[in-house]
Amino acid sequence: MSLTNADVQKVARLARLAMSEAEIESARAQLSGIFDLIAEMQAVDTKGIAPMSHAQDVSQRLREDVVTETNQREAFQEIAPQVEAGLYLVPQVIE
Amino acid sequence: MLNSSLQQLGSALRARKISSVELTQLYLDRIAALNPALNAYITTKAETSLAQARAADALLAGGKAQALTGIPIAQKDIFCAKGWRTTCGSKMLENFIAPYDAHVIEQFNNAGAVNLGKTNMDEFAMGSSNETSHFGTVKNPWDRNAVPGGSSGGAACAVAARLCAAATGTDTGGSIRQPAALCGISGIKPTYGTVSRYGMIAFASSLDQAGPMGRSAEDLALMMNVMAGFDERDSTSLQHDKEDYARDLNKPLSGLRIGLPKEFFAEGMSSDVAKAIEAAIAEYKKLGATIVDISLPNSKLSVPVYYVLAPAEASSNLSRFDGVRYGYRAPEYTDLADMYEKSRAQGFGAEVKRRIMIGTYVLSHGYYDAYYLQAQKIRRLIAQDFTEAYKKCDVIMGPTSPSTAFKLGEKGDDPVQMYLSDIYTIAVNLAGLPGMSIPCGFGAASNGNPGMPVGLQIIGNYFDEARMLNVAHQYQLATDWHSRAPQGI
Repeated sequence: MSLTNADVQKVARLARLAMSEAEIESARAQLSGIFDLIAEMQAVDTKGIAPMSHAQDVSQRLREDVVTETNQREAFQEIAPQVEAGLYLVPQVIE
Repeated sequence: MLNSSLQQLGSALRARKISSVELTQLYLDRIAALNPALNAYITTKAETSLAQARAADALLAGGKAQALTGIPIAQKDIFCAKGWRTTCGSKMLENFIAPYDAHVIEQFNNAGAVNLGKTNMDEFAMGSSNETSHFGTVKNPWDRNAVPGGSSGGAACAVAARLCAAATGTDTGGSIRQPAALCGISGIKPTYGTVSRYGMIAFASSLDQAGPMGRSAEDLALMMNVMAGFDERDSTSLQHDKEDYARDLNKPLSGLRIGLPKEFFAEGMSSDVAKAIEAAIAEYKKLGATIVDISLPNSKLSVPVYYVLAPAEASSNLSRFDGVRYGYRAPEYTDLADMYEKSRAQGFGAEVKRRIMIGTYVLSHGYYDAYYLQAQKIRRLIAQDFTEAYKKCDVIMGPTSPSTAFKLGEKGDDPVQMYLSDIYTIAVNLAGLPGMSIPCGFGAASNGNPGMPVGLQIIGNYFDEARMLNVAHQYQLATDWHSRAPQGI
């Protein structure tokens, strides 16, 4: 499969990864190789086959709707890149 | 002491012939001496480990010891351990101090084991050679110019080099079994859902499974007894009765039916690996097993299916690393989008970014059915092949890896070649089955190096870990491959 630089640029944008022109060029070549490998599965007839997400086909467990987490605000904020007055700081998004 | 089994170490500790502090110090001294060359550990905290050892000694003195009380265990740096730096091999988490314990860590703490340190790994467990770690490559103790395998390369190296009594690993596409094979140790990936994923940094959630790595099947059984168990905090954890994984170790193997998939022996395996595997099968015949020819016709699709599913799940899991609540944030940025893009571009390494890109692409608008859904359907076909095969046999055997450990840098620029080194292990994760690797010989010697270890893969049916450990243990009673140590260790 041949991807274009524009395809790669679009995916990088969706994935929130900054990439230089040179990185896009090299990613394009490598991703094309990987998609050639993946293309093998397109020829397989899977009509009527149910997709498999868990080997045991278990259903999702439900739990009581009660609070189970304890408040660890201070511990969690200690490892944040930038906090102030108990808030996580990010660049301004609303004028 | 360094070559003692976990059972022997436990007995020595309980008989007070050695203290946990002495044993822990012995390993810490070895790590200080050998880790600069091998790079198996990312983080050690001697004072914390020794404090745990002192607590274990108190339990031992009080007669309250369990099987692993006081035994120093190396933890893969993918498990959050409260107060420990937990990096997952990434610059993204270089300064992340985990605020809580993973379930696996809790289980070892409750068992009175000592956390000896956090082992090196491929970044976010994405790699087969440990070369993608932000903290440098791990060296294979059998040949320091060769890779240890990955992603649990630090764990495999630490076990082989006697830098711990046993270790934990995780396996998404072969990350316990392949490094175990390449470093000449034993490792088991249990049935998906057996060990809780709570606090284990997620790569591909429908495939990730933790398991033990050690020097023998007997050691793995004791480790499994600690690690396995239902945990309601992991929504895919299975409500399965607690079992003793050592219960069947001593059963004879007469009547055991071993299935050999013709696809595993068709092509791609190097001749020295083939020779060692054939010799192991012959040994099993001597132990009373019979051989059954089986076929896994869809297993050839494992690699393409895996490289859709695993990156898709990874791109979703890794979207949490945005530089806001924890992890790396770029020093300079203009606005919020720029902060996300620069933090992620600088915090993730090349292989992680590559997989995020693949995953983002296959999940993007218009491609979901052609990639993700098609892969999930073929996944069922792959699993059904195994179900058919287990009507005719009890365990399946074959190589773990197509070759012995390759040289550092050898597959560096070609991701596809690297991905193909997991060709025999990936199908097992897709099917959710348990798989293990045990040492079964050595490959051809070259350039003055001794031969490198070869791993025999044993694949079991769902929840059949006790039988697999029995099958491996009986072989290890009859052979001594598992007790060989690298030169200079």
